[in-house]
Amino acid sequence: DIDDAGHKYCLELELEDVLDKGRTVLCAAEVLYPLGSTSTAPEVQVTAQGELRSTEEADKEFYNRIRSLEKELVAENIPDSHGNVPPELEPIHLLAWAASGYVIWQNSTENTKFHLAQVQHVKQVKRSDEDLQFDYVLLLHEMVSQEVIPWEVTVLWHPQRGARVSRD
Amino acid sequence: MKLPVLLAALVAVATCFETFVGHQVLRVIPKSDEELQKVQELQDLEHLQLDFWLAPRGLGLPIDIRVPFASLMLVKTHLEASGVSYSVMIEDVQALVDEEQTEMLRSSRQLPLNTNTFNYEAYHTLDEIYNFMDMLVAENPNLVSKLEIGRSTEDRPLYVLKFSTGGTNRPAIWIDTGIHSREWVTQASGVWFAKKIVQDHTNNEGVASILETMDIFLEIVTNPDGFAFTQTKNRMWRKTRSKHSGSICVGVDPNRNWDAGFGEAGASSNPCTETYHGPYANSEPEVKSIVDFVKSHGNIKAFISIHSYSQLLLYPYGYTETPVPDQQELHEVSAKAVAALSSLYGTKYKYGSIITTIYRASGGTIDWTYNQGIKYSFTFELRDTGRYGFLLPAKQIIPTAEETWLALKVIMEHARDNMY
Repeated sequence: DIDDAGHKYCLELELEDVLDKGRTVLCAAEVLYPLGSTSTAPEVQVTAQGELRSTEEADKEFYNRIRSLEKELVAENIPDSHGNVPPELEPIHLLAWAASGYVIWQNSTENTKFHLAQVQHVKQVKRSDEDLQFDYVLLLHEMVSQEVIPWEVTVLWHPQRGARVSRD
Repeated sequence: MKLPVLLAALVAVATCFETFVGHQVLRVIPKSDEELQKVQELQDLEHLQLDFWLAPRGLGLPIDIRVPFASLMLVKTHLEASGVSYSVMIEDVQALVDEEQTEMLRSSRQLPLNTNTFNYEAYHTLDEIYNFMDMLVAENPNLVSKLEIGRSTEDRPLYVLKFSTGGTNRPAIWIDTGIHSREWVTQASGVWFAKKIVQDHTNNEGVASILETMDIFLEIVTNPDGFAFTQTKNRMWRKTRSKHSGSICVGVDPNRNWDAGFGEAGASSNPCTETYHGPYANSEPEVKSIVDFVKSHGNIKAFISIHSYSQLLLYPYGYTETPVPDQQELHEVSAKAVAALSSLYGTKYKYGSIITTIYRASGGTIDWTYNQGIKYSFTFELRDTGRYGFLLPAKQIIPTAEETWLALKVIMEHARDNMY
């Protein structure tokens, strides 16, 4: 308990790369949930030890593939009802995962537990600059209320600049 | 190498009177006018009964000939003697016709022929699961029977499979899956459990010893209306499909509708929410039918309700922080069950009472069953922990069912060995 500020949690986490099992990264984090307010995102400080694998090849391949599409990519229900994700949509799924992390952070309180349930819809928007843009509708499952909430998020991505949420 | 249209035509003929045993289809690609002529000569020999699937058209274009068995030697000798090369496209036309016929029948029926050909690695429709139940009963009439314990809001039958080797009203174990319709790995696991019980009994291993003194009741699709809805309209539907006056919103959370702390904190009074407890306890026929069954049976010793996801094994209470009198024993059984589960694939589970492990939840199934005197009341939350959540890939169905079964056996054996 931090008087006049809120509740602070100190965490030690081990992150595992789901695409490279066995590779873990140790993190230390401090999360401060603000007093009273449920509309302010918690403050997060995190440090990480260890290296994540390089995804440069795969990033480049994905980037070039999407840039060379004649028609803008559109997809829905990722994974589908049976849990399948077509291989060519896997990067789209992973990017949605990253974007959901941002949305979840912004909307978390001490009484919520969110997971990305499904990408309901995704639409690529071609841009004149070098970023890729994807407009997502994400379904977030909140464990305590059990609600599945649709959330619109616009994600920009670039192999060097990484992912940014531009609207949510 | 299948030529579906031609074969289908042959199938139609074959089913009537003709056989193609030993017939072969030969292919000739004429490279010269001489070769073309040699093949055309064959066409004129009516007694050979040749059937040209691809007639001679010109140089470099294939000629396909179905040759009856009796004419094979002759035709091949004629071609070889003239230096015309050919290849055997189909070695036995009848074999192919048979295969095609079986395939056509199977795909038009769209149903597996028995519980050994049923695909346990896939998610199934309500009809497929109900059909599976009937097949299982038909194959094992001395062990398995199907009971209808009630009807859903939309008038679907609520079926329970009873596994019994005899006796009268033996002490029993109850397992239900699919009470929350979007938790698809649970119904799929229920189907696998049903088959597993039969297999164990046949091989006199596993739960065969439990069946000597106890019965097992298994309700695979506890919420069929919700399940049908997840298949047709909304994959994320959780509740029942009841409409209660005063609201346009549909459905009651069947795991908040039981008479244990009903309506207290840990459920919602708003009909438009996922944890709506309903207008009164047991308002949902899906719940009431189980309540009636449990009360009239009177001899259920273990009750296990299966959900997903989160990888948890839970015991009562959810509606109050007061620990159950049997807390210590239930905690120890849980520890053992979870250890057994993890031993198979390393899947990590947490365990504890509902209120301390996930959240406060009132009107829940196992709070009611425990208060009825069913000491061994447990809830499972199966795989995973959020990566796929409700949309667990089908290839995880069997591993999930297998590991969960080990935990279930621990609970069942403990109930058998600690009769009360």
